[in-house]
Amino acid sequence: MTNSQSTTQSSTPATPVASGEPERIRKVLVPQQDRPAPASALTACVAYGWRALLKIKHLPEQLIDVTIFPVMMTLMFTFIFGGAIGGSVDNYVQFLIPGIFVQTLIMITMYTGLTLNRDFSKGVFDRFRSLPVWRPAQLVGALLGDQIRYLLAGTIILTVGFFLGFRPEGGLTGVLAAFALLLVFSFSLSWVWTAVSLAVRTEQAAMGVSMFVMMPLVFASNIFVDPSTMPTWLQRAVEVNPVSIVVTTIREMMAGTYSLSSLGLVALCCGVLIVIFGPVSMFMYNRKS
Amino acid sequence: MTTDIPAVETQGLVKKFGDTAAVDGVDLSISQGGIYGVLGPNGAGKTTVMRMLATLLRPDAGEAKVLGHDVYTEPQAIREKIALTGQFASLDEDLTGIENMILLGRLLGYKHRIARKRGMDLLEAFGLTKAANRPVKKYSGGMRRRLDIAGSLIVTPQLMFLDEPTTGIDPRSRNQVWDIIRTLVDGGTTILLTTQYLEEADQLADRIAVIDHGTVVAEGTPGQLKAEVGSGALRVRLHDVSARDQAVELLRREGTPVTPEADPAALTVQVQHSADVTHTLESLAHASIEVASFSYGQPSLDEVFLTLTGTASTPHSDSAPEVGAP
Repeated sequence: MTNSQSTTQSSTPATPVASGEPERIRKVLVPQQDRPAPASALTACVAYGWRALLKIKHLPEQLIDVTIFPVMMTLMFTFIFGGAIGGSVDNYVQFLIPGIFVQTLIMITMYTGLTLNRDFSKGVFDRFRSLPVWRPAQLVGALLGDQIRYLLAGTIILTVGFFLGFRPEGGLTGVLAAFALLLVFSFSLSWVWTAVSLAVRTEQAAMGVSMFVMMPLVFASNIFVDPSTMPTWLQRAVEVNPVSIVVTTIREMMAGTYSLSSLGLVALCCGVLIVIFGPVSMFMYNRKS
Repeated sequence: MTTDIPAVETQGLVKKFGDTAAVDGVDLSISQGGIYGVLGPNGAGKTTVMRMLATLLRPDAGEAKVLGHDVYTEPQAIREKIALTGQFASLDEDLTGIENMILLGRLLGYKHRIARKRGMDLLEAFGLTKAANRPVKKYSGGMRRRLDIAGSLIVTPQLMFLDEPTTGIDPRSRNQVWDIIRTLVDGGTTILLTTQYLEEADQLADRIAVIDHGTVVAEGTPGQLKAEVGSGALRVRLHDVSARDQAVELLRREGTPVTPEADPAALTVQVQHSADVTHTLESLAHASIEVASFSYGQPSLDEVFLTLTGTASTPHSDSAPEVGAP
């Protein structure tokens, strides 16, 4: 659309528009006293969440990381490592699917931070911050909108798992409960990445830092293997890794067991993540220029 | 509308980025109504001043009040009365024109349906109806600017910040933006605009502050500033290079302020009235000095700075914070 002026002018030359435009603009101005009260914090979060959904609609290619990537990971791990780790592919699927389900979703949370980092370097960031609304709504709204991405990715993993022979004992109820729990944990974990994205200048740096944090969390866990074969010191680390705690709980729930202590531990992890990284993100967001 | 409260009042405003003071003690007093221009070269600190006033950036020192509210303690009250149109389009490029308008409308408190209606009305007034469902990244520079300004008018701000509203757009779009700005002022909005162009400040602003190296070097009406600088410059290029010395001598003898230029055949004459132009050209013709070309125009920003500060304005190398984007 290079010749875009023609669309704004229709077919008439510049003069009539130039003279008619001020009149038209004057008519649409809203008097000061008629302006509504600015959006509440909640409304603002919903509005920003709507924006995140619109972005998915306009840029569907960004869904590759939540569609193709998870399928690839599941197939790769099942068929490459399945036999070696679990004795047979069938055995391993029952063990792996809940793990890879967690792994995929928490990996995707990183993209939330990367998207925000891109946002901060654009002019629209200034506009948002000059509005009379609760400022962190931009962050919370983006995280809420991303829940749709997590939902999509999770559904894909579980569907692929089903076709590979994954039959959890907890049935649909167990799977749905586990899904809900994982969404809560993903939302909590996202705050780490918002903080990272605010702390670094470029998207590449955000990516680097995020991977650096993410890799040990994912691999020094019980996602892929039973930690009992690991050296003792590593077992200790795996046990306190929040990702392991979440994976254990998700496995339990999918198997139809609901352990209050496991759920409590996950809730504690979520709480700690939000209490630390939520305020840190908001503080940095307000200071960001 | 209360006009006794100043739109902007600052004292000793300072902002440092690392070791460099981007803004180094700016005092401004801007009354409500009309257009106030902040004029300066790239990196002078214009944008930084504006961002501090729009509560996007916290000053390191000094006092600043916007529409009677303190920027440190009452940023929320300020945000309810201002609108900001940044140097780079303050829009979401991935979204369409109308989606941008709805988003801003909802954040400003309208229900979705009313926000859409308000958005469509504004797009129509700005001649953007046909582009409403197109992503903003496909807009031309001029259209972007118009949408950007339309987005600032979803609710009429009391004070509107326009950061270099016509930088990088074609002359026709520029004239349209100027018309829009004048219309808003008629509607009672106070406008604070930054610009690098003397002509723009001259055309629009009721008062101008000239900023360089983070300080205000001159302030006044365009008339006052021009009186200080001289109203215009006549550039003459001679046919014969060897005749320049003779021409300079001749004009100096007549009391005309003249400076030879780097181009060995060219000279510049400071003129107060357009009559001086014909007079100068006649003098040269009488002395049989042939003129190859001449041009008459306002003094360039460089000349303004040369006169006001005694040093030529140079784009500062450390101007990175000026754009505001990391």
